[in-house]
Amino acid sequence: MKLLAAVVICSAAAFAAPPILIQNATVLTVTKGTIKNGSVLIRDGKIAAVGTDIKTPAGATVIDAAGKFIMPGIIDCHSHIIAEAINEGSVSVSSMVGIGDVLNPEDVAIYRALAGGVTTANILHGSANSIGGKCVVVKTRWGAKTGDELLFEGAMPGIKFALGENPKRRGSAQSFGPVAAAARYPATRMGVEDVIRQAFTDAKAYKVTWASYEAKKAKGEVAIPPARDLKLEPLVEVLEGKRLVHAHCYRQDEILMLLRVADDYGFKIRTLQHVLEGYKVAKEIAAHGAGASTFSDWWAYKVEAYDAIPYNAALMMRKGVLVSLNSDDAELMRHLNTEAAKTMKYGDLTEDEALSTITINPAKQLMIDKRVGSIEVGKDADLVIYDAHPLSTMAKVEKVFIDGKVNFDRDTDINSRPEHEKEKKGLITKAAEEQKKNAPAPGAGRRPSL
Amino acid sequence: MIGTVTVRFAIPFLILTAQVLPAADDNSFLLRGATIHTMAGSDIQNGSILVRNGKIAGVGQNLAAPEGVKIIEAAGMQVYPGMIDSASTIGLTEIGAVRETSDVMEIGKFNPQLRASIAVNPDSEHIPVTRANGVTSVIALPDGMGISGQASLISLNGWTTEEMEVKRSAAMHLHMPTIGGSPGRGFGGGFGGGGRTSYDEAKKTFDKDMVELNGFFEEAHRYAQAKAAKLPGFQTNLKLEAMLPVIDGTTPLLITAVRERAIRDAIAFADKQKIKVILCQAIDADKVASELKSRNIPVILGPTLSLPSEEDDPYDRPFNTPANLYKAGVKFSFGSFSNEFSRNLPYQAAAAVGFGLPKDEAMKAITINAAQIWGVANQLGTIEEGKSADFMVTTGDPLEEPTQVRQLFIRGKVVDLENKHHQLYERYKARP
Repeated sequence: MKLLAAVVICSAAAFAAPPILIQNATVLTVTKGTIKNGSVLIRDGKIAAVGTDIKTPAGATVIDAAGKFIMPGIIDCHSHIIAEAINEGSVSVSSMVGIGDVLNPEDVAIYRALAGGVTTANILHGSANSIGGKCVVVKTRWGAKTGDELLFEGAMPGIKFALGENPKRRGSAQSFGPVAAAARYPATRMGVEDVIRQAFTDAKAYKVTWASYEAKKAKGEVAIPPARDLKLEPLVEVLEGKRLVHAHCYRQDEILMLLRVADDYGFKIRTLQHVLEGYKVAKEIAAHGAGASTFSDWWAYKVEAYDAIPYNAALMMRKGVLVSLNSDDAELMRHLNTEAAKTMKYGDLTEDEALSTITINPAKQLMIDKRVGSIEVGKDADLVIYDAHPLSTMAKVEKVFIDGKVNFDRDTDINSRPEHEKEKKGLITKAAEEQKKNAPAPGAGRRPSL
Repeated sequence: MIGTVTVRFAIPFLILTAQVLPAADDNSFLLRGATIHTMAGSDIQNGSILVRNGKIAGVGQNLAAPEGVKIIEAAGMQVYPGMIDSASTIGLTEIGAVRETSDVMEIGKFNPQLRASIAVNPDSEHIPVTRANGVTSVIALPDGMGISGQASLISLNGWTTEEMEVKRSAAMHLHMPTIGGSPGRGFGGGFGGGGRTSYDEAKKTFDKDMVELNGFFEEAHRYAQAKAAKLPGFQTNLKLEAMLPVIDGTTPLLITAVRERAIRDAIAFADKQKIKVILCQAIDADKVASELKSRNIPVILGPTLSLPSEEDDPYDRPFNTPANLYKAGVKFSFGSFSNEFSRNLPYQAAAAVGFGLPKDEAMKAITINAAQIWGVANQLGTIEEGKSADFMVTTGDPLEEPTQVRQLFIRGKVVDLENKHHQLYERYKARP
């Protein structure tokens, strides 16, 4: 009941906000072409109109964007910002843990990502395990008070898988870190496959156990509920198509392995992450229906990345794979627009195709394309205003809207700097004074060393 | 804007490749019909470049082709000097995570005797990949605690390290000691490392490091005096011998000093030692700009596209440093501080343009300014008569990503743009 009331209040507040009309801009809709001298009307947090001839509604706030470019908010399909912990690496299957439990809404990376035009991010568990933890999709709503407020409402939850060097790394004993750790299975790509097959064998059996219990109960028979298994429950959701699999992978052999395992057990790989050798098996990826979320041009940082090529995104796209570019990095996340431009250099993608890799394609991969990923009437008003074409290295973000609200404004940011500087100096002075006041009298003994 | 870049692509390429190219061993030719961005004065429309024996013999609008010299038609194309990456590990590292492929860091605090160029692998896959985007020379930079060795300027074309060498000892690399370790990007910490410790402990380590550093320089001076005086019993010491060109000001000391305090320490050290200094990765250089300007100390900036060092720094802090330095009159260039991202050098410079750095200055930073900083402006950095014929033929502005490099010349030789990435692309594009 309480929850319902909150929802009502929220939407009432949204309705009260005046409409916003952004005028005279070049509108890069991504899915419906480019509109010169175009306008976008925002009402109730949604895109209410897009075109060249939109009348200013009564009471609307008008933003003149002459000479500027509007594009849909950028969607990063692979990020670890906001998460206070990334890897539960002690076990080979860590599907019982979830990133949603460790979101920090005060992470400054949210603001910095916003300032780079990112409005939605897929926050993933790390890649230390063959089957990793549960993942969530968030909007970069700076100022949110809790992690829950960041969550993309209605987005399907995910789970991280990982293949290759990372999950097998713990296959040799470790002598660093908080505690020395014995070697942990798997140590090879063969073992990685086995771990995944075993987990899904268990998950299927678990599903059957519950199904037979439910069937007995439905018939009115005496039935004892099976013990819940928090590790297997998310895998059952995968089998039922209720949880998206995002699989970290590099080499073509391991990519094929995973696709075949998924085929055997009757589930789908929603996205292959990194997938730097995806171009070698693009046909097979497309046939399975997996999306590919890759880097623009990273290579050679480890052996399994030595055959990575910057043509990967374009080549996979040309062979029918749904391709996005991601960051996996708080810094790279700030300029995914120019990462996308590299696909024009390497593989001759068109402007719209390049932009699609950071907007509508990741939206489709995350199954949120009804809501975000392009500038279309009815979609969330998640928009970015750039001072130049966003595929130019010289463009910068001026304003970012999420759900129709300004979440980043460069002018506001710059104007607030003297005040922040003053506040910082004040805090430092205060801290120094307190330190002086609390300092032990001379000769009062040494402070214990830390 | 991007649209015009794309449109420029296809047509001129055909014209260019249809022409007879000079044979690989023939480094004399006349390139004509292109817009020449000389980086030394204004651009030349419909310009020509005459190359003889690997050197630029003429640049202008109406150059005639001497008899027997081949002509390369480049109508509609843009020509720029080859770009210079002022800090890289090209040739010194192949795969970051594999120690066996890395020759960047030695053991020990003072290794001035180490020379980067002798460990550059001329067959590294990174070399063709990097030059395919118009980077023609790089500084191969050894790294480590203290003095890590001599940085070498190498040309990205040649059969051997000796052929590739432009300047074996372009600079001596030092990590300025810092309190609590250096927050350098990509590279490791200072003498003290970055371990967690109390301020008092960190300060003690820093003081000790500074005493050692000053002591090492004093030792070098004593060595120089002993050598000059031909003292009996004088014995060659390879480490101290390598310091002689540094203390006499011949070889600049490249000092990695990232934050303001370390930069000020580096300046004080340079003043005291009366040596030539280049600052490296100095993200806070703009806070000390007037001191740098008055001493003519240039700066090699790390990637512009990086995160602010402090949580409460403005989000655009690293984007602003180049423009601030430009306005203050401090000379600077850029380094990739990597091997795999060296090809993205122009985009590091370009990222500062949106934040106030004039576009021409961004291009100058990675061409002529770099050549000046490394003391090779008589050979590289601009398209001018007498210089080495290191230039690229492009479809547009090299600072924009969709621009393609269509031809590359290093010392007048046509450089093959083929590389591992393009080969794999063609191979798998053709997979049925």
